[in-house]
Amino acid sequence: MGYFTRKVTLFLGTLWAAVTLNFAIPRLMPGSPVQATLARLAASGQVVTNATRRAIEIQLGLPHASILSQYFQYLVNIVQLHFGMTYSLQDESVKQAVAAAAPWTLVLVGTTTVIAFVAGTLLGVVAGWRRQSRMDSAVTVGSTFFSAFPPFWFGLLLLYFLGFKEQLFPLTGGYSAGATPHLTLSFLLDAAYHSVLPATTLVITSLAGWVLGMRNNMINTLGEDYVVFAEGNGLKSRTIALLYVARNALLPNVTSFGLALGTVIGGSVLVESIFGYPGIGSLLLQAVNNRDYPLMQAIFLMITVSMLVTIFLVDLLYGVLDPRVRQ
Amino acid sequence: MPMDNAQQVPARLPGIRPQGGVPAIPNSLVFVGRSVATLWGNGKARVGLTILAFFFVVAIFAPLLAPHSPTASNFPPYLNPDSRNWFGTTGNGQDVFSQMVYGTRVSMLVGLGAGLLATVVALAIGLVAGFRPGIVDDVLSFTTNLALVLPGLPLMIVLATYLKSNSVWMILLVIGFTGWATGARVMRSQAATLRTRDFVLAATLSGEKLFRIVFREILPNMVSLAAASFFGAATAAVIAASSLEFLGLGNPNTVSWGSILYWAENDNALLTGQWILVLIPGLAIALLALSFIFINFGIDALSNPRLRER
Repeated sequence: MGYFTRKVTLFLGTLWAAVTLNFAIPRLMPGSPVQATLARLAASGQVVTNATRRAIEIQLGLPHASILSQYFQYLVNIVQLHFGMTYSLQDESVKQAVAAAAPWTLVLVGTTTVIAFVAGTLLGVVAGWRRQSRMDSAVTVGSTFFSAFPPFWFGLLLLYFLGFKEQLFPLTGGYSAGATPHLTLSFLLDAAYHSVLPATTLVITSLAGWVLGMRNNMINTLGEDYVVFAEGNGLKSRTIALLYVARNALLPNVTSFGLALGTVIGGSVLVESIFGYPGIGSLLLQAVNNRDYPLMQAIFLMITVSMLVTIFLVDLLYGVLDPRVRQ
Repeated sequence: MPMDNAQQVPARLPGIRPQGGVPAIPNSLVFVGRSVATLWGNGKARVGLTILAFFFVVAIFAPLLAPHSPTASNFPPYLNPDSRNWFGTTGNGQDVFSQMVYGTRVSMLVGLGAGLLATVVALAIGLVAGFRPGIVDDVLSFTTNLALVLPGLPLMIVLATYLKSNSVWMILLVIGFTGWATGARVMRSQAATLRTRDFVLAATLSGEKLFRIVFREILPNMVSLAAASFFGAATAAVIAASSLEFLGLGNPNTVSWGSILYWAENDNALLTGQWILVLIPGLAIALLALSFIFINFGIDALSNPRLRER
């Protein structure tokens, strides 16, 4: 099997497994979502009748059918993008709620990942090239220090000092209260202004992975024979570092993309909720707090599938960038 | 530099007892002592070991160090720091300094426990996959890759939401059973390389059982990987646990650093000026995570000579 065929097969297999896991998790757990919902309704003082139970069962897509037909129905629903109704949001389908929130997270996570990749890689190049220097220590220890911060906590501190004390940035939301999302320059600027603090939080707490990865690659590559050869030929140290070493050291760093994305997405869940940012993370926590299982399942599936697709695309790109892995 | 200790404890092949009787100190203890001594030679690891030792002392002697009860509402609520309540009091009038001291126990337990659990799972899966090429390896590697690409924190949040219990142990299990994939992948490739080495072939030909080969020949060669995997998993566990507790998915009445953050957020501590309630627990979480990362730097430097500091 060729490299690309193998990657596509693996991707489809992983996709199937992830989708199936999403189906299995709620059914493997003690108690059922139906019971949990009924308990919540009862606790809020509503009368629970047999009719209510039936309605919730249908709403949750858990009729008294065999597990196989449930699974088949689940797959059909996913293909048709039919995720049912939420019961924590008024009159909204899961699809509508997710579709409204997804662009916000996509832009936030996408931008911060790219910024962190570029900044972290550059810092890693400098740290690896000027190894053992003060610069190296500052970059390595500094980025490591920030990576030890729980992202939501760092976000809270930024919110308090830059938002609340200094009033430099807005305290909550993805755009000014009263504005309606539309594509005009003033709205985009407003949205960008609101996203400065969450984006800063995500970039700073996820920088270390890129820095350390790139630094290690630089150091390993600097030990190669062709570097000694280039030095022997009298090439300038800067030329060697940037044109010879950094280019080759960059390649393995591309493979860390998937894992880094996981870190940023995980961090963004809580960071979004801290900043009241109208994205997928806030929606997920809202679903968790209301025990809104259909919404929660759909969001988890969406996050997983988008990660799988991104990693798959990076894998394909890597196969193009480095022909050696194709063998 | 790591050779400093070579004189005191002669290096010998793991699993082979020295000639002339039983050693005075058990092998495993000598091994741990030697590892710590070697790590101590690395500057960053020394910082990490010092911080970790500090938190160990605080966790063990919490009843002696805490001036007040961490749970009793003995004071007026929302006090700012003063000479009696060093970090102020909570909305329920509890002493936050005492909560921080006792909270060290829970945070250490979850961090180290989940790290250990993840490492054991990673070792088991990595060893079996590395030793059984073919269908077993394929299935386990596929599972590992799947677990690797599942989004960690969202998965933990979903699992913790479904599970009814919200005890510390639930958090520990959820984090442990979701955080093993990175380690398993590294250990699988190491085990697969070791399997083809001559000394393993020699052991096989001399009739040793697979079980013995794995535990006496292979495992000692995977110790530095296992240690790195342990501290990596523990770092992630400390941060993940604080996130879950902050969301209220743990038991908010268990005193831990994460639950102090949860109550601070619930009481709007930042808006009422009690920012110290947010600052201190987060700083402790970051320091503990940092100590694990620094120890891992030391392990990395020992196992990859190119990274070693001169």
